[in-house]
Amino acid sequence: MDLKDLYREVILDHNKSPRLFGRLEPADSSADGHNPLCGDRLHVTVRLDGDRLSDLRFEGKGCAISVASASLMCEAVKGKRRDEIAHLYGEIHEVLTKHDAPVPEDLGKLAALTGVREFPVRVKCASLCWHTLNAALDRSAQTVKTE
Amino acid sequence: MSVAPAHAAPAYDVNRVWRDFPILAREVHGRPLVFLDSAASSQRPRAVIEAVDEYEERHHANVHRGVHLLSQEATAMFEHARERVRGFVNAASIREVIFTRGTTESINLVAQSYARNRLQPGDEILLTALEHHANIVPWQLVAGQTGARVRAVPMDRRGVVSLEDFTACLGPRTKIVACAHVSNALGTVLPVREITRLAHARGAVVLVDGAQAVPHQRVDLAKLDCDFYAFSAHKMYGPTGIGVLVGRESLLEAMPPWQGGGDMILTVSFEKSTYNELPFKFEAGTPNISGAVGLAAAIDYIDGLGIENIHAHEQRLLTIATEKLARIPGLTIIGTAPEKASVISFTLDDIHPHDLGTILDAEGVAVRTGHHCAMPVMEFFGVPATARASFACYSRESDIDALVAALAKAREVFG
Repeated sequence: MDLKDLYREVILDHNKSPRLFGRLEPADSSADGHNPLCGDRLHVTVRLDGDRLSDLRFEGKGCAISVASASLMCEAVKGKRRDEIAHLYGEIHEVLTKHDAPVPEDLGKLAALTGVREFPVRVKCASLCWHTLNAALDRSAQTVKTE
Repeated sequence: MSVAPAHAAPAYDVNRVWRDFPILAREVHGRPLVFLDSAASSQRPRAVIEAVDEYEERHHANVHRGVHLLSQEATAMFEHARERVRGFVNAASIREVIFTRGTTESINLVAQSYARNRLQPGDEILLTALEHHANIVPWQLVAGQTGARVRAVPMDRRGVVSLEDFTACLGPRTKIVACAHVSNALGTVLPVREITRLAHARGAVVLVDGAQAVPHQRVDLAKLDCDFYAFSAHKMYGPTGIGVLVGRESLLEAMPPWQGGGDMILTVSFEKSTYNELPFKFEAGTPNISGAVGLAAAIDYIDGLGIENIHAHEQRLLTIATEKLARIPGLTIIGTAPEKASVISFTLDDIHPHDLGTILDAEGVAVRTGHHCAMPVMEFFGVPATARASFACYSRESDIDALVAALAKAREVFG
């Protein structure tokens, strides 16, 4: 168990200066994420251009892992199509939860989060933003359907 | 050459006490364990572990049922434990000592068996701002069932609930007062004796959540005079899954059973059952016998050390730790009441407590991080969570130094 593997430079940097932090107004969809165990709260707002996530922001409070993960996620998914985001989510989920899963090359900077898997109680911190984003995207899909 | 008089109490030898707890000798992440999370659950001395083992290996059978020897032995041990508990908190009678699964169940029992049958719409249940969720949610449930209201006496920035504020909140509709003896999140010791006196003067019944008090200080229920007192074995060096509700006999007599089943009845027919006498009326089903045996052994252990000696030892550690932590730049102690138990909640710079917890753990230091099941307390202090170090009879001054060193490491990681 190596702390340096968890708190890598990239993580500390994104915790200190989170990218795409804030709130889009107006937004096409939004969602709240809450981890009652540690009190982490995230709010994600998204703008969609057809199938594409043209812009997004997150705001909230949380530990370094949850803030950095949200910041890295926002950078990684901005401008991507829904299917690309789903693919990325599948990959990050795999490396966070499976101890020996290989780290896919297309993970880019998100690979900095792979140290989290050595700290099972912290996996939820890293995945909260993804669940919140998924909720916002699902909600927008439902809205499209009902219209 | 001086010779200590024969009657002088031996000095508190914390290293000897430390050696009584086998788990403390283990390593975590390749480092010696520094266990500073006793307020969540304390460790068990060898004497408790062996007492439980001895019961399991030699005496186990169901209680209050068999004529055979093992059942008689198990019953005797179980009822001996009840008498040990009675003596430990100075309850009036073993009829007032009910075994439960823990503090939470004890409070739920009172909420459902006592409060639910008495509260009218508009009646008030008065809590304090520093309560643990276990002393909030059961009252919200019964308020929902009866139309009563839950109110909370405010606290100040130190985490103190004043008697003036308490008196101001005590109204003609206050039927129940429920408060902690010691705050788990802040360490504040509440003046429960005075609170009880004031509440009784207004005709309210008082429940005290003693989970964090019983391991740290002498609790004398004859003096406190509250109507219900709840605590758990696992915070006082005993096993998990067993706790106690001590209740005033006249109130318990008038309360209906909470759960139905074996052991709590005298006769059962399909038309009607008659209920057993106290305390068995509230102990449906086979109880946690080995837990009770372990609790009795834990009380023996505490008595062996002397609760006053434990208190003095922990208070000394609290003073030292408070001084050492306060010297760390960026460290804020949350909960600064003049009278505290050996619990220190704190934050460090803007490092999230969960990051602190992980870094401390890697250094072998176990602290609690999070909201401590007291979200209203966190809300009041404007923090999502805190880190909390808590001390027990086996905590050493070197544990504090290890904590301070690990906190320096955390600042290093976060620059």
